[in-house]
Amino acid sequence: MADPTKEESTAAQDTAAAQDPTAQQNAQVLSLLHSLFGEATFSDVHEPYGLLTVTTKREHIHNIVAGLQKDETLKFHFLTTMCGINYPDNLNQELGMIYHLHSLIHNIRLRIKIFFPVADPVVPTLTDLYATANWMEREAYDFYGIIFTGHPNLRRILNVEDMDYFPMRRQYPLEDGTREDKTDLFFGR
Amino acid sequence: MAVNDALAGTHKIIQEAQEQQGGQLVPTLNDFSQELTTLNLGPTHPATHGIFQNILQMDGERIISGVPTIGYIHRAFEKIAERRPFYQITPLTDRMNYCSSPINNMGWHLTVEKLLGVQVPKRAQYMRVIMMELARIADHLICNSILGVDTGAFTGFLYVFQEREKIYEIYEEVCGSRLTTNMGRVGGMERDFTPVAIEKLRKWLKEFPAVMKEFEEMFNRNRIFMDRVVNVGPITAEKALNYGFTGPNLRAAGVDYDVRVMNPYSSYEDFEFDIPVGTNGDTYDRFMVRNEEIWQSLRIINQALDRLPEGPFHADAPHYYLPPKQAVYKNMEALIYHFKIIMGEIDAPVGEVYQSVEGGNGELGFYLISDGGRTPYRLHFRRPCFIYYQAYSEMVVGTSLSDAIVILSSMNVIAGELDA
Repeated sequence: MADPTKEESTAAQDTAAAQDPTAQQNAQVLSLLHSLFGEATFSDVHEPYGLLTVTTKREHIHNIVAGLQKDETLKFHFLTTMCGINYPDNLNQELGMIYHLHSLIHNIRLRIKIFFPVADPVVPTLTDLYATANWMEREAYDFYGIIFTGHPNLRRILNVEDMDYFPMRRQYPLEDGTREDKTDLFFGR
Repeated sequence: MAVNDALAGTHKIIQEAQEQQGGQLVPTLNDFSQELTTLNLGPTHPATHGIFQNILQMDGERIISGVPTIGYIHRAFEKIAERRPFYQITPLTDRMNYCSSPINNMGWHLTVEKLLGVQVPKRAQYMRVIMMELARIADHLICNSILGVDTGAFTGFLYVFQEREKIYEIYEEVCGSRLTTNMGRVGGMERDFTPVAIEKLRKWLKEFPAVMKEFEEMFNRNRIFMDRVVNVGPITAEKALNYGFTGPNLRAAGVDYDVRVMNPYSSYEDFEFDIPVGTNGDTYDRFMVRNEEIWQSLRIINQALDRLPEGPFHADAPHYYLPPKQAVYKNMEALIYHFKIIMGEIDAPVGEVYQSVEGGNGELGFYLISDGGRTPYRLHFRRPCFIYYQAYSEMVVGTSLSDAIVILSSMNVIAGELDA
């Protein structure tokens, strides 16, 4: 029994995809991703401002990036950037890493997110695939305390080495919370 | 032969020391028994043109290993940005690559406009292109002329710095400041080009090519200069891509990736220009690519100025674009909007945007996550310097100290962007 509303919505999506070349391209990339790594690997697929965004689990991230690098059709050879993120309210998914990949040949960008608990912030490194991942991962470690297993030199990079906390986590406010002279009833400073 | 034998010996020593220290070699002491010298290049060294350190292990004049230490002017921009409304982040971007601040400013405005869905009128887009290309010229002039200084040629530097001064005068005429420009606003420019600005621009466009030609004649086929830079610090295209190179450094290696062409923003698709590429990715190629890009930037400016459309210089977006000051005093709506924008109480949609522009030295990306609040939830800057400077320690191994200085200079590492 096919759900008529679902059919309708997919049909609507298809026509939208046919009209918009980016959406069409993204749909192709997504189907390739599914065929390469399995449909269950990805969740929360959406396209904010035309950039295909997928969420996966940290166990798969190394496989996916390596597979995309090797893949002859997509040729995702360029790691544009990666950065950490902290959502303190998402239970057991407090910390995250966001990867931006770019296929310079087809000019397709892809954003991959992974989330993991703050108590266990361990992620496989990508330094064996991309030399450029080295300092990006050190930066993520420096800011968020994400530990990259297999990284050759995981030390702080921008902050001083004897710092004992990870300053970009949301629990550290920018200004000293004990100061009262800066409190403002209306604008929360 | 003897040198290579000695080098092989020292490589072995380093390897052993590395194994002993668990893969982390941070040389601190001069090892007299092995005749190795530890040399601190920086943090304050005239040749680094900024505050960052390289601890070099030297065997005589030859570099065996280089360990870069960065972060001396880290100002936590990403953290600060989480507390600031969008318009207050523009001055932070100024201070990243301060040799070409307008590009950073426009890149940030484009990011916010993409998030808000603001359509910028053609005239403002063309004005932005003009300012961005001027900034690119200023950036490349600094890099190339200082590369000359580092090889001992001071004259070219003085010639072109005169022209950079004129570019800064144009900035001053357009936005009121010179180095950290804080130019434009979300939604367009803050004011139209004045007749004086246009006049200065046209005068400069007429006079600059002669100076640039003189500069090129002084360097491009200069025997002394070429001996210092040809085949110094080469990098292959594969390596460069793996290291995340972008901008002139990547193009010097032979990859024609230019954000302006691949993902045109601000009407770059309207202009005709070429992407110069090199072949070896060495210091000379980087120098030549930058020189040629200056000519291409001139082409773009000329086209944009000749075809500058009439019309408004900012978008009709009262929620995001500050009203004129006179209206604020006389007009109720203007006062409300002024207050709301200045206090950062504008509505931003929930979403995430990645927008990149071709900065002075590569793809400058802004990754903005908005949760609908008055400030970004997370703002990540993709700073090209930070990403490609990693390759430096690999590029200098085996070269001499004077080559290391030249390589550093040709990579155009700007400390402000490196550390953010």
